[in-house]
Amino acid sequence: MCLAIPGKIVELAEHLPGEAVLGTVEVAGVRRKVDLGLLKDDMPRTGDWVLIHVGFAMTKISELDALEQMQLLTMLGETEQAMQEVRGYGLEDGVDVKEMRTKTK
Amino acid sequence: MRYVDEFRDPELIRRASDEIRRLAATGRHYRIMEVCGGHTHAIYRFGLKDILPDNIELIHGPGCPVCVLPMGRIDDGLAVAKSADVVFAAFGDMMRVPGTHGSPFEHKARGADVRIVYSPADALQLARKNPAKHVMFFAIGFETTAPSTALTLMRAKAEDITNFSVFCNHVTIIPAIRAILDSPDMRLDGFIGPGHVSTVIGCRPYEWIAKAEGKPVVTSGFEPLDLLQSIVMLLRQLQAGEARVENQYKRVVPWEGNRAALRAMAEVFQLRPYFEWRGLGFISQSALKIRDEYASIISRHTLTGSLNLASCSHEIGATCSTPSGSA
Repeated sequence: MCLAIPGKIVELAEHLPGEAVLGTVEVAGVRRKVDLGLLKDDMPRTGDWVLIHVGFAMTKISELDALEQMQLLTMLGETEQAMQEVRGYGLEDGVDVKEMRTKTK
Repeated sequence: MRYVDEFRDPELIRRASDEIRRLAATGRHYRIMEVCGGHTHAIYRFGLKDILPDNIELIHGPGCPVCVLPMGRIDDGLAVAKSADVVFAAFGDMMRVPGTHGSPFEHKARGADVRIVYSPADALQLARKNPAKHVMFFAIGFETTAPSTALTLMRAKAEDITNFSVFCNHVTIIPAIRAILDSPDMRLDGFIGPGHVSTVIGCRPYEWIAKAEGKPVVTSGFEPLDLLQSIVMLLRQLQAGEARVENQYKRVVPWEGNRAALRAMAEVFQLRPYFEWRGLGFISQSALKIRDEYASIISRHTLTGSLNLASCSHEIGATCSTPSGSA
């Protein structure tokens, strides 16, 4: 839970009126969807790096900082835990942004 | 220009530790608290205490939201999970934390549907995929994690998902720091400010510590050199008789924080009048509660039978008795 995991945006999902904004990130070769909603004021683009915490992108970072962060996780002995977390993100199966129902109240 | 290896460069570490020794040579005893659990972990992992002279003392703060959670909250959350059609979803860190009647894992062994999730978004996904069940996400964490829970509740509301609720144990860091400073037997000279909490709240919330309490605060990264540099910055301020907030972790922490995250939190949460912290006692306005407009989307019929209201006697300052279970 405490981990900040660096990932590269490889694909962006469509924006929807209900503000569902997902992106596919790649972390050490593993691709997973994360939520980009916290970066809505300054959306990352494909190729940007972000710091991910509990499946949400928290901030954009430079590629240099992303590399250092990964090395830091290794130094702290947390790489295995980080990869387990990334693999565990559950938005892969069956969440289709187009299928998300949005209702105005 | 900065090279990746710079942060592993023993020469730079040595220079920082020499500077610390030089600044500490007055012999004055300095007590510095690092608030964040991640910093505590890094300090131990990198053996930083061995590098510091004896008159620089690092005090560990209440930076682990799992550790400060009182047992009653786990009991209340697990009481909901006893129902056959409820899924108790929580981060892995929670799974072995003991309640009065066992940990979440022990409840799982006894037949409760307890699942590890790595994100509140995963818990909502479980609700989407299991319409016949009610998914209750046991939310913990400081301001780093709370915005993600908030966004998840906003998504749930936008999609009209009614088989999802959040048992909210989010806590806020500033009241905890205030409680520590108010403690008569705690003498501190300065703070190493949290790294990732600060990406959300920014550096401004720490200004009262410098202005009103006269203690410098330096928000720090997690590398050994980050922490040593932060200690250098704190010592320089202390020696000059200054008390300011400085941001050593500029490459990640924006001074103003993350506005979108703060807006999401304000939209979904309100402050509880007070909350019990394991080890610190009751602290006023230190925890978050879900606003009614987000709690009310949950079907009030779903959990009425299963929620053991008697076990909610620990819940103080919040309406645990709402049948939604979203306390």
